[in-house]
Amino acid sequence: MAKIIVVTSGKGGVGKTTSTAALGAALAQRNEKTVVVDFDVGLRNLDLVMGAERRVVYDLVNVIQGDAKLPQALIRDKRLETLHLLPASQTRDKDNLTAEGVKRVMDELRKSFDWIICDSPAGIERGATLAMRHADIAVVVTNPEVSSVRDSDRIIGLLDAKTAKAERGERVEKHLLLTRYDANRAERGDMLKVDDVLEILSIPLLGIIPESMDVLRASNLGAPVTLADSRSAPALAYLDAARRLAGETVPITIPGERRGLFGKIFGRRAA
Amino acid sequence: MKFFDFFSKQSSSSAPKARERLQVLLAHERSSVGQSDLVVRLREEILAVIGKHVKIDRDKVTVKMDRGEKVSTLEIDVEIPLSAKLRAA
Ligand SMILES: Nc1ncnc2c1ncn2[C@@H]1O[C@H](COP(=O)(O)OP(=O)(O)OP(=O)(O)O)[C@@H](O)[C@H]1O
Ligand SMILES: [Mg+2]
Repeated sequence: MAKIIVVTSGKGGVGKTTSTAALGAALAQRNEKTVVVDFDVGLRNLDLVMGAERRVVYDLVNVIQGDAKLPQALIRDKRLETLHLLPASQTRDKDNLTAEGVKRVMDELRKSFDWIICDSPAGIERGATLAMRHADIAVVVTNPEVSSVRDSDRIIGLLDAKTAKAERGERVEKHLLLTRYDANRAERGDMLKVDDVLEILSIPLLGIIPESMDVLRASNLGAPVTLADSRSAPALAYLDAARRLAGETVPITIPGERRGLFGKIFGRRAA
Repeated sequence: MKFFDFFSKQSSSSAPKARERLQVLLAHERSSVGQSDLVVRLREEILAVIGKHVKIDRDKVTVKMDRGEKVSTLEIDVEIPLSAKLRAA
């Protein structure tokens, strides 16, 4: 059965778009039909991160306003035929997203995809609430720093109050995705610990994505990081997170602690 | 020397690609404020012209665009049913 995932955070710039692309590609690599939907109307970026920016024909607003049919607006990924993108409009603003229009698009996507991943805009306004509106699952993207954790807490409150599921008395499944995790800073004690964040937000952990140059490189090339270099540290972390979303049990590793005792001894000497 | 190669390659290979992608994209976006993007305008006008002669079934239309540095391509694929052709003739 189709699952709708919202990738959300409240705070801007924490890694929602990066995570949407990476998780979308990882799920599509499992041969499950996946569409990533950009809800950041007016400031679209998912097309760039996916490397599809030159091929945008129609967008979400066009479909909602009836200028185009949904299949015409979907862009198929050039690398993975199970992966699709529904771009946001760059020239209109968020007022063009209507609640009924979004519902119609989501209902139609449910018919032909296994996974529908909605990239939420930052903030808690209309764009963000519409992106989470029909979600079955929420991936709350959080950086290990105070303002991001606070905003995530706010978003978790909205997920429990403002979604269609919440209004039906059901619960949206919530997962924490800790991104831009810097092992060196964690070791020095300058960053919130994983356990601290988990205790404060008290939702289950989906994965920990390390801060990495590989993310920048992937976005330069226009490829989700899981496709750009599937053996890089962030790609491995996203691939594991996708397996957990699909219901597999995969033990969580904290980046930097993978190297074990050997790494600790020699890593320190090298530093 | 392998060590050095590793670093120079890693640090310099993706930025030029990013620069090129942005240049192409922004050239198109800057000209497209207020929907004056030539490719978009052509798309709408061509569809309108076809629509004058035959009733287009929106499900039977595929539009593909590719915005390039030197050339862009616009590909419109319209299925015209026989009955519509007869009517237009
Ligand atoms: N794990 C990471 N390591 C290094 N850089 C990262 C990582 N994750 C994201 N970034 C960088 O952080 C910046 C913001 O990422 P991204 O656009 O995914 O965030 P966002 O939450 O979607 O932002 P916005 O709220 O503006 O939509 C980008 O430059 C991206 O390359
Ligand atoms: Mg974003």
